Amino acid sequence: MRNMICALIAATAVGTTGLAQLQARPVTYTLPEETAAFKPGPGVEAAQNNCTACHSADYIQTQPRGPKFKKDFWQAEVTKMIKVYGAPIDDADAAAIVDYLTATY
Amino acid sequence: MLDRRELMKRAGAGLTALGAATTLDPLKSFALDTVTLPFDNGERPLVKYPQKRRLIGITSRPPQLETPFAVFNEGVITPNDAFFVRYHLADIPLSIDPDTFTLEIKGSVERPTKLSLKELKAMPALEIVAVNQCSGNSRGFFNPRVAGGQLGNGAMGNARWRGVPLKAVLDKAGVKAGAKQVTFGGLDGPVSDKTPDFAKALDLDHARDGEVMLAYAMNGADLPMLNGFPLRLVVPGYYGTYWVKHLNEITVIDTVFDNFWMKSAYRIPDNDCNCVEPGTAPKTTIPINRFTVRSFITSVSDGARLKAGTTTLKGIAFDGGKGIKDVAISTDGGKAWMPATLGKDLGNYSFREWTLPVKLAAGPHEIKVRATNKAGVSQPMEALWNPAGYLRNVVETVRVTAA
Repeated sequence: MRNMICALIAATAVGTTGLAQLQARPVTYTLPEETAAFKPGPGVEAAQNNCTACHSADYIQTQPRGPKFKKDFWQAEVTKMIKVYGAPIDDADAAAIVDYLTATY
Repeated sequence: MLDRRELMKRAGAGLTALGAATTLDPLKSFALDTVTLPFDNGERPLVKYPQKRRLIGITSRPPQLETPFAVFNEGVITPNDAFFVRYHLADIPLSIDPDTFTLEIKGSVERPTKLSLKELKAMPALEIVAVNQCSGNSRGFFNPRVAGGQLGNGAMGNARWRGVPLKAVLDKAGVKAGAKQVTFGGLDGPVSDKTPDFAKALDLDHARDGEVMLAYAMNGADLPMLNGFPLRLVVPGYYGTYWVKHLNEITVIDTVFDNFWMKSAYRIPDNDCNCVEPGTAPKTTIPINRFTVRSFITSVSDGARLKAGTTTLKGIAFDGGKGIKDVAISTDGGKAWMPATLGKDLGNYSFREWTLPVKLAAGPHEIKVRATNKAGVSQPMEALWNPAGYLRNVVETVRVTAA
């Protein structure tokens, strides 16, 4: 009896799904593969381990360059990620990321 | 973005095994698939996303795509497949069933309401042609440079939006006395629950002005997924930050919304020019709001070589909703100005086309364009500056050589 009920439920479920598929038009979207990568350099692992959870590496790659965009700039960005966006980055990794970004970008 | 060396590395064993003959062509074409925006570190890949033509890739996760500037010379309506894309947070919806999608209206209302897309489409429809522009459009041109999305001039677009007035939906739910603002949330969200979810607010009077709308169609078609399918807020004349995508939550509140995205982000200096001395911080700020007046030459690009003689210049102008009164052109670096002819008027929130035949003698020419709106507000000859890189609207200059 129990098996029969299960079978009935299963049959109903299949039927409903089939009907739902006929009526509903779910729009699905496939994003292209992410190609941006961090530049190699000392400390790149700290950046990869912490930053890529929330955003791609091109967020960093495209930032302005030059003498005004060194340690203070990257320190402010990393601090913003932790304080404002709640990135769970420990102090050692935060320092390593700042050094990596300063030296590499 | 990817230099040749990095590409070679990526190709790795394949390159070695297959040999140069079969892999050089793909490499060459990939190398051509970049554009360089005209500022330092401006190289960007051209990327192909579903429902989109090849656009300028600013970031890939979350996706931010810029419209190649040549598109703006094709017409005053920006095609859906060329329209720019800007997300803040990476958990974006990738499967949406329009038949089960609902918009919830809640908070300080008499009748908390849920509306399906079908119910929204059954309400009297409104159509407005309106420009959407990213607050940080043109940020890459700021001097000194500032942090943020390093955009050229293509984070803007003009579309015919169809939907229902927000007012009608608020009236259905019945806004309670004492309400101050309306907040808007979409299906996209943060990856971490520690990150402030993206939501924006408008004052109640603005929300009920009859023009702010919930759009389900754009240029006669469903919204592309990356432009907010199946429903987005359209706030004519206001920067794109308010145009919440995948809109599924409207909340009427009795206070002034103070989340991160209103209170800390998207703020401009609270003074007449909304600007400060370059490199300094404003004392007080307000939320960003209406577009500044802008105009562009679209028919010739900087550095172009033209035939000496008569050339018809063409471009676009827009503002935050007063409408464009006139557009003036200078071919001598801003000494003499000539009025351009305005094209068809699609409403005060639309791009307005302009044209002007000019005679260019052999030699170099500095062509400038300057629009004035119906309130008499124009564009500055020197760029104004603010720390977030918003509101750029300097008189644009195109340098050409006639021969």
